[in-house]
Amino acid sequence: MSKIQQIHRRDFIKLLGVASTGILLGCNVTSDKKDFIPQVAGVFNPNVFIHLEKNGNVTLIASRSEMGQGIRTSLASAIADELEADWKYISVKQATGDEKYGNQNTDGSRSVRTRLEPMRKMGAAAKMMLITAAAKKWKVTEAKCKAENHFVINTVTNDKIFYGDLVDEATKIPIPDDEKIQLKKVEDFNYIGKTLKSVDLKDFTHGTATYGIDVRIPNLKFAAIARCPVTFGTLKSVDKSDAKNTHGVEQVIELERIVPPIGQFFGALGGVAVIANNTWSAIQGKLNLNLKWNYGENQSFDTDKFKNKLTERVHQIGKVVPGSRGNVSNAFKNAEKIIEATYHVPFLVHAPMEVPNATAWFQEDKIDVWAPLQDPQTARAELAHFFDIPLKNITINVTFLGGGFGRKSKSDFVVEAVALSKKINNPVQVVWTREDDIKHSFYHACSSQYLKGAIGKNGQVLGWLQRVGFPSIVSSFKPMSEYASGLELNQGFTNNPYRLQNFRLENVKAESHLRIGWLRSVVHIHSGFGNNSFVDEMAFAAQKDPVEFHLDLIGKDRVVKGRSKFPYDSKRMKDVLKKTAKNANWGKKSSKNHGLGVAIHYSFYSYVATIVEVSVKNEKVKIENVWTTIDCGLALNRDNIKNQLEGAAIFGMSIALYGKISTKEGAVEQNNFFDYQMTRMKDAPKIHIEIMDKMHEPPTGVGEPGVPVIAPAICNAVFNATGKRVRSLPLIDEGLV
Amino acid sequence: MSKILSINGKTYIVDVQDEMSLLWAIRDIVGLTGTKFGCGVAQCGACSILIDGKLTKSCSMPVSYGIGKEIFTIEGTSENLEFLRKTWNNGNVPQCGYCQSGQLIAATALLDKIDNPTDTDIDNAMSDNICRCGTYTRIRKAIHKAVELKNEENE
Repeated sequence: MSKIQQIHRRDFIKLLGVASTGILLGCNVTSDKKDFIPQVAGVFNPNVFIHLEKNGNVTLIASRSEMGQGIRTSLASAIADELEADWKYISVKQATGDEKYGNQNTDGSRSVRTRLEPMRKMGAAAKMMLITAAAKKWKVTEAKCKAENHFVINTVTNDKIFYGDLVDEATKIPIPDDEKIQLKKVEDFNYIGKTLKSVDLKDFTHGTATYGIDVRIPNLKFAAIARCPVTFGTLKSVDKSDAKNTHGVEQVIELERIVPPIGQFFGALGGVAVIANNTWSAIQGKLNLNLKWNYGENQSFDTDKFKNKLTERVHQIGKVVPGSRGNVSNAFKNAEKIIEATYHVPFLVHAPMEVPNATAWFQEDKIDVWAPLQDPQTARAELAHFFDIPLKNITINVTFLGGGFGRKSKSDFVVEAVALSKKINNPVQVVWTREDDIKHSFYHACSSQYLKGAIGKNGQVLGWLQRVGFPSIVSSFKPMSEYASGLELNQGFTNNPYRLQNFRLENVKAESHLRIGWLRSVVHIHSGFGNNSFVDEMAFAAQKDPVEFHLDLIGKDRVVKGRSKFPYDSKRMKDVLKKTAKNANWGKKSSKNHGLGVAIHYSFYSYVATIVEVSVKNEKVKIENVWTTIDCGLALNRDNIKNQLEGAAIFGMSIALYGKISTKEGAVEQNNFFDYQMTRMKDAPKIHIEIMDKMHEPPTGVGEPGVPVIAPAICNAVFNATGKRVRSLPLIDEGLV
Repeated sequence: MSKILSINGKTYIVDVQDEMSLLWAIRDIVGLTGTKFGCGVAQCGACSILIDGKLTKSCSMPVSYGIGKEIFTIEGTSENLEFLRKTWNNGNVPQCGYCQSGQLIAATALLDKIDNPTDTDIDNAMSDNICRCGTYTRIRKAIHKAVELKNEENE
């Protein structure tokens, strides 16, 4: 996703008219930045993230969006730890979308990876200032003082001063230079690496957390929008009379499609909006519209035919992708056995429990928005662009997200709400129905893959050919992008965890006829499924144990340095696999009709291995157990990480068992949860999570890396139990659910 | 047309047409937003409420159905719900939290009916409620723990 983000970012800086990287990083707390920190009397706020009051209460600002990954708690705990704060005084406030908080784009499993150190520095700098303030009071050097649990302690006299009593003094202390800020040692952590429960539990269990859909402001109107069933189709005609006669409906308004400029933003689909004084009336009014559409060129799109087309293409030579190496042709000549297989993953949709929605109030020269957004800064820049309002006059209030999974990275629903508010000159909340969400999303692309492997005399892999085709995310930013981009292929295809001397990756054409987006773990869903299914097939052909075969294929210990600061370490990959095999009691004879399947994957710089146990009765698969191990470097909040990986197993099961978006004549066929099904309680297996102890390594991704392993591990387990190989998802289409 | 709704022991007068679903009457007219919209067709359980103690998908019931009955939502309190809230907290159950209003109401209905539910009872009672974040194993555990806690406190 980094390319897309860079495009946004560049434009964003352009719109800002500044390129002040220090503030964009949000981690420089040098004194010249003090101008940017709103100073409030009686409050110590050494940076934009920390507000200490005289009663000791500390408000910490969460710069990343909360969508269930626990980030409000995790980042706050990092500040609090370095601040030597007592957790009972901490409360967390959500940031608006604003560059002063640094990059707020909450995706790519990178909030902790990129924000842990800056947040720690914020806390450490504040602590230094509190110590200096106390030292001044006592007229001793700072070296004679230490901070502990919301107090500064004089180590000579054992006197102590409460943080709240240092507010006035500390406010006068200059902010220390970045290079003078010292961070704690791992052994000294109070909160980092431990378990802290979510700071939002009380609200979550009392219905008092405000999600986007819960925003209520005075005189608010509600809107439901009818959109063309075929992507980018346009309105031919509308008879508004029945809609207008619907109880509670006030206006029916046509919305033009808002086309994003090439390379950035999301725009909005357009359609016909029904404005009412409550949500129910808006939805009823929408159902009462009599609409005719010009379907446009995407009307020909049929996913069954497209699957066949992609499959044909991956059976022919494609474009060779950089990173290919050695000579696979020779490997096939020298092979003892040649294995071929073709895999398919359908289009998928995020379906977060909270549907897309946004509340907007457009007033002459300012815009206020309340919305569940993963990337509020892009939304802000997008509104500035489309509505010609200065960025400083646009406020994006980020609410809780009732799930995101990539859907709420796209701000199309916000653009709709602002466009409508402008037209009706009134605050308005746009609410998508579940059907809207299923039928008009930015979909996770479908893919076809062909793999061909050369196996030598001793069962070793001599060569690996992989051809892949899937509609590119880039097509949502640059129409006519008909091949997967390098950055997408770099998600598990060019950088699979195996040591392969002869490796050839080819990319085949795949046009887009739906808006393509990213879904939790993105292209790794394809690469994880193809790679792990195929390794399992080769292991079987080579008559080897799949875990041993994986370990051999990962190969000897080595560290591969890429361009990032997170090199790939094959030993860590092997260690998570060994740990998982041990936890799952791999090698033990399975009971009748039971099977075990294994998968490994390296994504978002984290190492994950999963073993799944299935039982199969009357040709129906039940997932009994999931064992997942992650090496994510420093584990910031342990139980939260466990929760994320448990959730990833369930999310991966939904993909494996049920996930499929199909189209006929360009329109999505699925409607709601009855035909786009989800894993439910009755399907939920026992889930066993282990986190490797790597507190001295930098933190890597957590939210997504647990997903890509699940579908292939399930399919490999089904093969182990039944001998039936599932190469095309979901299992429900194979009659196995 | 004015109607009287009794929710969590309080009386609300709402002026809406008969067919409006209880969900939107509760959220938009009464103003209690803890009950969530998820699907609109009784498929996900996010809108779960109790009506005269009976678990109901409020998105698919007209407001007229609620008249003269006692409605209970996540903003309310009951003995079983409080035990469940405690173990939901202890088990750090929620992720995004959005479905948890409905999960807690469904679990309350379960404990109101069965004192000590088995895993199968939980499967049957809780499978109408989707959690896209996937907190099912924690919900299951928290229900069992709530029973334990209740038994301990009642000893």
